[in-house]
Amino acid sequence: MAKILAVDDSASMRQMVSFTLKGAGHDVQEACDGVEALKIAQTGAFDLVLTDINMPNMDGVTLIRELRALPAYKFTPMLTLTTESGTDKKMEGKQAGATGWIVKPFSPDQLLTTIKKVLG
Amino acid sequence: MSVDMSQFYQTFFEESFEGLDIMESGLLGLDVGAADAETINTVFRAAHSIKGGSATFGFTVVAEFTHLMETLLDEMRDGVRMVTEESVDYLLKSVDCLREMLTAVQNESELNETFVNEVKAGLERLLHGEDAQNDQSNESAEESEVAGSIEGWQIEFKPSDYLLKTGNDPVRILSELALLGSIETECSTENLPLFSDFDPETIYLSWNIKLDGDIPKEKVSEVFAWVEDDADITLTCIGGSAEQAEETTPEEVAEVDVEEPAKADEKVEAEVDSVPTTSAEPNKAEAQNTSPDKKDSPAPAKKVAPKKPAKDQGSIRVSIDKVDDLINMVGELVITQSMLGQMGETIDSASIEKLQDGLAQLERNTRELQESVMRIRMLPISFAFQRFPRMVRDLSHQLGKEIDLVLLGEQTELDKTVMEKIGDPLVHLVRNSVDHGIESPDEREANGKPRNGTVELNAFHQGGNIVIEITDDGKGIDKEVIFSKAVEKGIVNENDSLTDEQIYDLIFSPGFSTAAVVSDVSGRGVGMDVVKRNIRELGGNIEVKSEKGMGSTITIRLPLTLAILDGQLVRVGKDTYIIPLISIIESLQVNKDQISSIGGQAELYKLRDDYVPVIRLYETFGLVPDSTELSDGLIVIVEGDGSQSGLFVDDLLGQQQVVIKSLDTNFRPVEGISGATILGDGTVALILDIAGLINLSRQAREHAA
Repeated sequence: MAKILAVDDSASMRQMVSFTLKGAGHDVQEACDGVEALKIAQTGAFDLVLTDINMPNMDGVTLIRELRALPAYKFTPMLTLTTESGTDKKMEGKQAGATGWIVKPFSPDQLLTTIKKVLG
Repeated sequence: MSVDMSQFYQTFFEESFEGLDIMESGLLGLDVGAADAETINTVFRAAHSIKGGSATFGFTVVAEFTHLMETLLDEMRDGVRMVTEESVDYLLKSVDCLREMLTAVQNESELNETFVNEVKAGLERLLHGEDAQNDQSNESAEESEVAGSIEGWQIEFKPSDYLLKTGNDPVRILSELALLGSIETECSTENLPLFSDFDPETIYLSWNIKLDGDIPKEKVSEVFAWVEDDADITLTCIGGSAEQAEETTPEEVAEVDVEEPAKADEKVEAEVDSVPTTSAEPNKAEAQNTSPDKKDSPAPAKKVAPKKPAKDQGSIRVSIDKVDDLINMVGELVITQSMLGQMGETIDSASIEKLQDGLAQLERNTRELQESVMRIRMLPISFAFQRFPRMVRDLSHQLGKEIDLVLLGEQTELDKTVMEKIGDPLVHLVRNSVDHGIESPDEREANGKPRNGTVELNAFHQGGNIVIEITDDGKGIDKEVIFSKAVEKGIVNENDSLTDEQIYDLIFSPGFSTAAVVSDVSGRGVGMDVVKRNIRELGGNIEVKSEKGMGSTITIRLPLTLAILDGQLVRVGKDTYIIPLISIIESLQVNKDQISSIGGQAELYKLRDDYVPVIRLYETFGLVPDSTELSDGLIVIVEGDGSQSGLFVDDLLGQQQVVIKSLDTNFRPVEGISGATILGDGTVALILDIAGLINLSRQAREHAA
């Protein structure tokens, strides 16, 4: 079981991600934008951060950059949820310190397979 | 793991419709030419979310459509594309179209495909003219390379020293590889420093891996996809065609690109050959396997079929604050209750006072709790206002007018039900202002007014009511025109002398229209009377003020909620009735001299300079009163529907807030009664519908006369 922070401004996506991960036995916390995520991230340690890119207040790329700068998140796997069109975004995320990405749309199974890659 | 995606649909639809509203208001706020980057971004984000969600939940048609919008918006956002009037118009049209598509998907109803295709074609034309298709076909051709007979891969993997700081870990990558086939690894330690120089956060190792098995190149590349920029990776094919070898470090890319085109043809051929063998089985599997979480299964729409069409399940979004308040309040209530409970065990005369305190507290808690619960149903009026920017924009285009719409008090809250019912009347009134009120730009200029007309919507709380004002600075209402029109229609008599208010009120008469030309927008003469009726049904009233040449103001007053009402309890004989406090002007004892009766039937009470007809409630409801002598009881002066009446009752009891129970649903509609409630002692009291009552007695009088 891993502690996972799921960040997305879309409630339905958040629900889907969270439901899937919880169903696989993970402990999930949700945040609706980068600002909220950053706040939650500072209150506890997470084994994995999943974040959308396009969000109000603080986008996913900035969130990752901010998190990477925190000692507790130096090595934490962080994946961006990105659309197939977002090749630039993938790279932007990588440059900010993202571990990798999951391409939207993804099915619950694909999500679980992908996070297995980083949860070891 | 199988997840039933349909459970997320409702949320998806809710947020998508919300997103559409955001897009619409954002687009309307865009200044062509000098568009605000943040606004474009907001609109983009909404489109992006809808696209992501619809793709995830299997609404492919919606996703494809939104993708076009998103691309267009993305180009605007990046400054590649100018924000033109045309593109904004198209995006607005797309919002409409998308709303229709989502509604169709939600209700599982037929989609208007002509409209969708038309808008889609328009978007595509806007986006890239003709060369749209070519790009895509290129992509798919490049996509996959089919392995011939590959025995395995020789992989050199040299991570950059900072790899750990991206959250990746060579160990995980190696174990990922091991899932593909058996691996032999050889670790190179040559770069390891002396222990004293060793930095535990840096990677010094590199690997040489031999992966056995007929594994397609993509599978192997996929394992390294996240680290390809953070490591030197060389893939060499063992067996098979030797030149399939290289997936490489960035430095080598240039070379590879040169080679690639030459190979492309061969590979496509290989692909064609192998298709028949591989495709047979998956097809079969697909036919059997209708598992719900399949990515692009066509099933999702049908999956919800057993449920009723989900249009509006009547859910509301409630802010956390309100819920917290509520929880807090219930906590207080529990404390008070336990305090009273304890007291009950040891009650004596000394604790009476404490008991009273406790009961007072209980009452306060209960009332606060009730208010908080009511507040849950309250939504900001912006929900009703938000459609107007678009509407006014479209209408003014259509009519060739220049109109600014000003919205004030958008955060003013009112009951959801009231909001839903006030929507259409408001639309009608705003249309009227735009169509009849505001003059054409030239006409305005000629009259020394700015070319731009202004329509202002304002909402605020006043007492227990919400007031909505619709103000325009147009030509105002011409009293003489109204009056002569009313005479012509036989609504009033030529010799009647009417006050200004009464004249303005004429526009609410059924069948009244003054528009010289019946336009598409308004002026069909149906409407204003319906508007008034709707507002009256909500227990509100509407009033018009106007100054010729300066504009008009229409004021709507509505109760904040339909669920409770401040009432005055009155007694008639043995029965208790409730008069809505809002309609009471004053209550007084009758001086016999001030009563005059006309034709032996109608009685009039002289209230200062006015004469007010008296309605004897016991007569209306067929009761036995204490006394039929007016001076023995009281007269409550009430106003409903613009006219006043005096209700004769035996006695005034208390005032209290009552919870309204509908007679329509529990019994049947009764004229003169708007509902019922249950009093503290458990008896039922009827709530008077003042306007209805006045009408009723007017009819009775006319009948008698």
